Amino acid sequence: MKAVGGFFQNIYKSKVMLFMVLPGALWFLFFSYLPMFGTVIAFKEYRFSRDGFWASIVNSKWVGWDNFKFLFSTNDAYVITRNTLLYNLAFIFIGLILSVVLAVILSEISNKRLAKTYQTGMFMPYFLSWVIVGYFTFSFLSSERGLLNQVLQSFGVDTIQWYNNPKFWPYILILVYLWKAVGYNSVVYLAAIMGIDRSLYEAAMIDGASKFQQIRNITIPLLKPIITIMTLLAIGKIFYADFGLFYQVPRDSGTLYSVTNVIDTYVYRGLKSTGEIGMSTAAGLYQSVVGFILVITSNYIVRKYDKDSALF
Amino acid sequence: MSRRTKQRDFHQLSKVWNIIFNSIAGLFAFLCVFPFLFVVIISFTDESVLARNGYRLIPEKWSLAAYRYVFETADTLLQSYGVTIFVTIVGTIVSLLIISLYAYAVSRKSFRYRNFFSFFAFFTMLFNGGLVPTYIVVTQLLGLKDSVWALILPMAVNAFYIMILRTFYTSSVPDAIVESGKIDGAGEFRIFLKLVLPLSLPGLATIALFSTLGYWNDWFNALLYIDSPNLVPLQSMLMRIETSMQFILQNSQNSSLSLEALRSMPQDTSRMAMVVLATGPIIFAYPFFQRYFIQGLTVGAVKE
Repeated sequence: MKAVGGFFQNIYKSKVMLFMVLPGALWFLFFSYLPMFGTVIAFKEYRFSRDGFWASIVNSKWVGWDNFKFLFSTNDAYVITRNTLLYNLAFIFIGLILSVVLAVILSEISNKRLAKTYQTGMFMPYFLSWVIVGYFTFSFLSSERGLLNQVLQSFGVDTIQWYNNPKFWPYILILVYLWKAVGYNSVVYLAAIMGIDRSLYEAAMIDGASKFQQIRNITIPLLKPIITIMTLLAIGKIFYADFGLFYQVPRDSGTLYSVTNVIDTYVYRGLKSTGEIGMSTAAGLYQSVVGFILVITSNYIVRKYDKDSALF
Repeated sequence: MSRRTKQRDFHQLSKVWNIIFNSIAGLFAFLCVFPFLFVVIISFTDESVLARNGYRLIPEKWSLAAYRYVFETADTLLQSYGVTIFVTIVGTIVSLLIISLYAYAVSRKSFRYRNFFSFFAFFTMLFNGGLVPTYIVVTQLLGLKDSVWALILPMAVNAFYIMILRTFYTSSVPDAIVESGKIDGAGEFRIFLKLVLPLSLPGLATIALFSTLGYWNDWFNALLYIDSPNLVPLQSMLMRIETSMQFILQNSQNSSLSLEALRSMPQDTSRMAMVVLATGPIIFAYPFFQRYFIQGLTVGAVKE
């Protein structure tokens, strides 16, 4: 009894602070924790009920692992997992190389004002939505009017129906992603390079090291920690795809699904177009669980490597 | 500053390499901007030559018809602009309020439950219920379908921003200041408003800009929750006209427009004009704000 009284006393003492966290806590409750609880419908055959949210969940019939069995018995599960993983791997590694190279180049350009101007240009794609980027790609890839087909035509080569031809899309998607992300990502590395002690370069210069020897032996080794950490953190998120890229840029073209469908788009289509609520919840839960394991693991490794950079 | 220029003098690339580096960086920067310029050019092209020539860098015939058309049906565009501006302003304010209060509370060592609430926020970064349960909660439990709040609330809070801001408070607001406020008899809210907020303005500004950009560019929530044409934000409107300009005409109050108008409408070029008009503000504004985004990115990389 005394303990309970003490508990309420403590609550009362912290009332102002509790009042401050209240709106945020409510938000997390409704937009994060209730949906977590809602994943039970992955194990149910979801029936929409007029009596509201709780009734819908409670009245739906338990089906155990059936939704998962269905999901993994189709080819879809394999395709979306493969696409999500392979695209993200390509994004992480090609993106890393290009961002670091760009950061080194920007840091070495002697006219600082020009370097700033270049950076502003490279930054632009980051500020545009995927819808806009979708229009941009369309102006290049449109089969009747696009710039690319005109170039092909002027060389006397047959034009290509880009939006119906899956074999080009892995390259297109990787290019578009890099176009949007590399300028922004290079900022992190540029900041790290700017933080390197200049006297190291002076010493190297006195020893007669060329500029490229300096880059190889000073800049790159000193960037290694941040490269490792950024990469590990990205690997922690490898099971999540950028919905906008895979939905807007291919213009939701059905013939391209084999190479553009990722877990996120699959879940969305299950919800909004095919109406397979149970199965797409199952796919979402599969993503969350594997994603959770990956974040924990990658963070564990980051922690071993450099405690300060770990997420927790 | 003078020290750096002096170092630069003997720490320079050879002339040839400087040119090569400049060309690589310059080329990439140009490629980043080029698609936007191309879309601008298309929007000023005459629709009739478009059918014959396709999208060209230098059109055979220039024309303002697309813009004239867009302004004739301007009410649809303005409606979407209005929705986006409302959602962006209200969303950013709501989001800053919730985030800054939460982050402040969990940054105070005197708050008994700080660990619990830190974890309560943090855990959502590791695990989430996924799209379908969220959709069901928002539409069935909260009943936000076709409500402007469906565009605001789902994006209002982000545990990552709370973590960044918490770090910011602990590093840039010394405990001594809070204590001095207490000695002067100020309550927690007063301390927060009068002492802590002014000191943490740079951190708040960064979060506000990220949030503004997020709301301005959002189309996903509209895709999920909005059917009513009156609540379609800018980005989502652009999505809806992707396949047909019909959306513009259906929702225009201008009754002099008819099916005839739809047929004579310069479809492709006015679509691109819409894209230009929707992107314009961002393109002009971001160079002034980009240093805050850079700051935010490098702050985010440095943790407690």
